[in-house]
Amino acid sequence: MQKSLVINPDKCTGCLQCELACSYENEGVFNPSKSRIKVFTFHQEGRFVPYTCTQCSEAWCQQACPVNAITLNLQTGAKEVNESSCVGCKVCTIACPFGTVNYNHSSGKVIKCDLCGGNPKCVEACPTQAITYVDADQTGLEKMRQWATETDNNTATA
Amino acid sequence: MSWTGKVLRINLTAGEITTEALNEEWKNDYLGSRGLATKYLSEEIDPACDPLSAENKMIMATGPLTGTMASTGGRYVVVTKGPLTNCIACSNSGGFIGAEMKSAGWDMIIFEGKSPTPVYLYIENDKAELLPADEIWGTSVWHTDEWLHAKHQDPLLRIAAVGRPAENGCLYAGIINDLHRAAGRSGVGTVMASKNLKAVAVRGTLGVGNIADPAGFMKAVNDGKAVLAENPVTGQGLPAYGTQVLMNVINEIGALPTNNMKEVQFDGAHAISGEAMHEPRKSDGRPNLTTNAACFGCTIACGRISTIDQGHFSVKNKSKYWGNSGGLEYEAAWALGADNGVDDLDALTYCNFICNEEGFDPITFGATVAAAMEMYEDGNLSKEQTGGIDFSFGSAEALTQAVDLVASGEGFGVDLALGSKRLCEKYGRPELSMSVKGLEFPAYDPRGIQGIGLNYATSNRGACHVRGYTVASEVLGIPEKTDPLTAEGKPALVKAFQDATAAVDSAGICLFTTFAWSLDNIAPQVEAACGGGWSPERLAETGERIWNMERDFNLKAGFTRADDNLPERLRTEAAKTGPAKGLVSKVEEMLPEYYELRGWDSDGVPTAETRKRLGLS
Repeated sequence: MQKSLVINPDKCTGCLQCELACSYENEGVFNPSKSRIKVFTFHQEGRFVPYTCTQCSEAWCQQACPVNAITLNLQTGAKEVNESSCVGCKVCTIACPFGTVNYNHSSGKVIKCDLCGGNPKCVEACPTQAITYVDADQTGLEKMRQWATETDNNTATA
Repeated sequence: MSWTGKVLRINLTAGEITTEALNEEWKNDYLGSRGLATKYLSEEIDPACDPLSAENKMIMATGPLTGTMASTGGRYVVVTKGPLTNCIACSNSGGFIGAEMKSAGWDMIIFEGKSPTPVYLYIENDKAELLPADEIWGTSVWHTDEWLHAKHQDPLLRIAAVGRPAENGCLYAGIINDLHRAAGRSGVGTVMASKNLKAVAVRGTLGVGNIADPAGFMKAVNDGKAVLAENPVTGQGLPAYGTQVLMNVINEIGALPTNNMKEVQFDGAHAISGEAMHEPRKSDGRPNLTTNAACFGCTIACGRISTIDQGHFSVKNKSKYWGNSGGLEYEAAWALGADNGVDDLDALTYCNFICNEEGFDPITFGATVAAAMEMYEDGNLSKEQTGGIDFSFGSAEALTQAVDLVASGEGFGVDLALGSKRLCEKYGRPELSMSVKGLEFPAYDPRGIQGIGLNYATSNRGACHVRGYTVASEVLGIPEKTDPLTAEGKPALVKAFQDATAAVDSAGICLFTTFAWSLDNIAPQVEAACGGGWSPERLAETGERIWNMERDFNLKAGFTRADDNLPERLRTEAAKTGPAKGLVSKVEEMLPEYYELRGWDSDGVPTAETRKRLGLS
């Protein structure tokens, strides 16, 4: 079964545990500035929103890459950057409509979420289950369940 | 390990910036943050110096767990000699700047001297420079934050700054970071402004690594996170209600100081409680509380994000306060509310916003207003002297006008900026200042919670709850329940809490973890991060060493046994209602036993034997 990250901003507290886990897994240090997932704070609205790559099926980054450094992991569905091929041209960072591919100046390559090979550390670290990793074909399941709980059996019409 | 091993030293007088290695020996004896910074300060300044002179230094310090994934590992401290108290001052703050400082490669930043003109410190990893702050001098923390982000075109910059009260010499100005987190007490912001230092802006992209045992660390961190999640206080109470979970609880046990501590219960407690923050307002149907929020790495998330009712008198035509910002925590809600007899949640939230926007301590501010209200009602303060404000207990209008006056430094705000001790002395009623060593009490009455009274009397920074929170045991039963109304056994309890707290603070994590964690949960995290044999026993001993070092600082600053006491009111005027009815604080009865347990002589001076045991010179 292929899985997807599902993010529920309502549950996020802005603690950055996801960024810490991500950077530690990928860089070996606790370093939010090198995290593949980012939490945005909208101070005036009192909202926190984690954001990362959605692993597009037809990935702009993959199609834009002139050296085919971005490839599909068939098991996880992740679009992964092959470090040895990446030349750091940054075209993928322009092609991505969501900004989730970014250049890392210390390595000279780009970085993006690769779902940690199927065991995303951000999910493990999140204390409020704002980030979950679920069946890719049922990412709406939890939201449907929420609405279902509010449905009145007597008047429900479908 | 887990320390960066680097210290940034800023000589503001000369405008010179140097770097040096962290003292290896000291870090093993004092761990980090509070302990280590106090060691540096004790070695480098004369404790008898004028806190607002160039002779005083100010240290911003992180701990070994700061910036790591350890839950709540984002804390930093500001250590200096405090102008409100003339004692050692150590103010701890969360938010994000502490971790950023560590990620930029610095364990500690030492500020010395005084800049000839207003400046701010800009740090980008190894690059550190002093830049002109003339354009932001005379403006608020929030304005400074916005200006610096715009100037450096960097939304990820983390900023700590002082506001106008600090510049104007308000003795309880704090340093605000990340808009609404505060190194709030003792006037550390006043010291910062006295050095002509407006702000510290940090961008760190190096990350925090250098973990002694990476696999062991992640296990210890995950174990710790699980304990916090499963504990009813850290897993449910604090996320849902914040520290405001306490308002109704403390009122019910008759320990909620009211009207400048004349009473111990407040009729309006529910209206300003954590529960009330969840209730929809009549005007717009929204509750005061929008969401809870976490500081860096914190899996508790007790922070409050709130709004003020747009129709409330305090914000009419002031749209800048209509959005969300840092909401009320228990101590602020008590000091601004119950202690002044004010039960208007929106007025308190407004005052809290202003304290954050302009950088001053809502506890000392609220308690100072309370003292002013009592003097006003007693006829020591006239309406002419308050600038025409009716300072009666219960007046939300007086409270919000007072907060605006302290913010701007105008009118009666000049007097209120002195803090309660100096204000009450000025108007001839020194006994009405509810403070120890010049620092106002927080929100627990020592008549109804006896242990906390002894902690207030002996706390090295003056009356402070976060130096030895025996409320955990006496009220909440953590780690075990003790009777709040008895003095028996409290000296040992106070000592144990004080020592453990000093260790927790020095690790770089938040004291609130200790609702669920003991040193047994913390030691494995410190040991895996640092290496070198950090057992729970060694942490407790380190805490005791730190406590005695702070005591030494104060003794050298001129404090004596006579300063380890509570105001007469709490020792002679019995509680009038509630479970503690008829009781006074038995602090004087507890003090000799406390000294003995600490290994101090009858004057409260550590004996030669104690010094030797703890390795103090």
